[in-house]
Amino acid sequence: MIDAIASLGRSSLNALVVFGRAFLFLLQVLASLDIVIRRFGLTVVQIYSVGVRSLLIIIVSGLFVGMVLGYQGYITLVNFGAAEALGGVVALSLVRELGPVVTALLFAGRAGSALTAELGLMKTTEQLSAMEMMAVNPYRRIFAPRFVAGFVSMPLLAAIFSAVGVIGGYIVGVGMLGVDSGAYFSQMQSVTDWNEDVLSGVIKSIVFGFVVTWIAVFQGFNAMPTSEGISRATTQTVVVSSLAVLGLDFILTGLMFGTG
Amino acid sequence: MKVRFFELAVGVFVLLGVAALFYLAIQVSNVTDYHDRDTYTVTAYFDNIGGLKTRAPVTVSGVRIGRVAEIRYDPEQFRAEVTLAIRAEHDYLPMDTQAAIHTAGLLGEQYIALEPGGDYDTLQDGDEVMFTQSALVLENLIGRFMTNMGSD
Repeated sequence: MIDAIASLGRSSLNALVVFGRAFLFLLQVLASLDIVIRRFGLTVVQIYSVGVRSLLIIIVSGLFVGMVLGYQGYITLVNFGAAEALGGVVALSLVRELGPVVTALLFAGRAGSALTAELGLMKTTEQLSAMEMMAVNPYRRIFAPRFVAGFVSMPLLAAIFSAVGVIGGYIVGVGMLGVDSGAYFSQMQSVTDWNEDVLSGVIKSIVFGFVVTWIAVFQGFNAMPTSEGISRATTQTVVVSSLAVLGLDFILTGLMFGTG
Repeated sequence: MKVRFFELAVGVFVLLGVAALFYLAIQVSNVTDYHDRDTYTVTAYFDNIGGLKTRAPVTVSGVRIGRVAEIRYDPEQFRAEVTLAIRAEHDYLPMDTQAAIHTAGLLGEQYIALEPGGDYDTLQDGDEVMFTQSALVLENLIGRFMTNMGSD
């Protein structure tokens, strides 16, 4: 009995320790952000590997999510004789929820795991310690550019996802199911508000980008320097950041749309 | 050469992202008519505004000419004060224009329909719409129907 309580205490203390370390790590990364301006090239290369190379998966999934929304929305709406409202349904669900959330989940799987694995391997092969020996600060040289790259890429990817999704909904709704093209867009414009809907989605995607990159980079930094440690850290990144995104989405949605 | 490729790819990526945001702004949301640049405002007092919301359309013969800018309760008149922002080019509305709260469809959104009168003077910035007609409240309607039934 006492053992059980003690082990509960130990695991909560461990969790707190990890959380505290993650926070200190974040502070140190934020303190070395000046490198981004001073050596912009480093960040550009990271934006390439984190953002540009995620483009394909984001565009393809955005297209399919939009097309499925077009189908499902149509099937539900046509019962009420309101098939013309399809544009609004597709745009609102994409811009408010699916765009930021699905992009963040894909981003965690595609870019987050890669970041963790890369950094974990750097740590395992003692490249980070070697840098420190050469008086190169790994926070500035390695962590800060990756952090900024993820943070910058996420909102752009989410916007692309939503835009492509709207086109996907158009292809299915207008092209295949015969909703009127003008009604699709005019309905969309009458229910979607720039400040309330689109900007809320952008804010969400910025928050998700921040959290996912933070988790990914920290997991790489914190990985046990063994091959098993890297694989565990990579799994952790995907699991923890997916849960964090979904949980945060609930809170953000409550804050943004709850009272309205 | 290699750095140039990265820069190019990232440049294209950023442009794509900004273009997507732009597309969302123009095509998906109503950011364009959100900024009705030149507007003048008139107020109207209603006994009951039903479910009218700010940013609801203001129409003449079904054509949208402005939006509801503000709704508040006037504690002196015991009526709702609705501020209408009407686009500046629609400066021809007569003084005795009537404002009514209508519902789009059976369960749709509520909007303000203006009915021009015959006066020569036109509504100016800050004027008040004299004749107003409240929103139809379904419960009141049913109540009136029931009392009429009883008196027959």
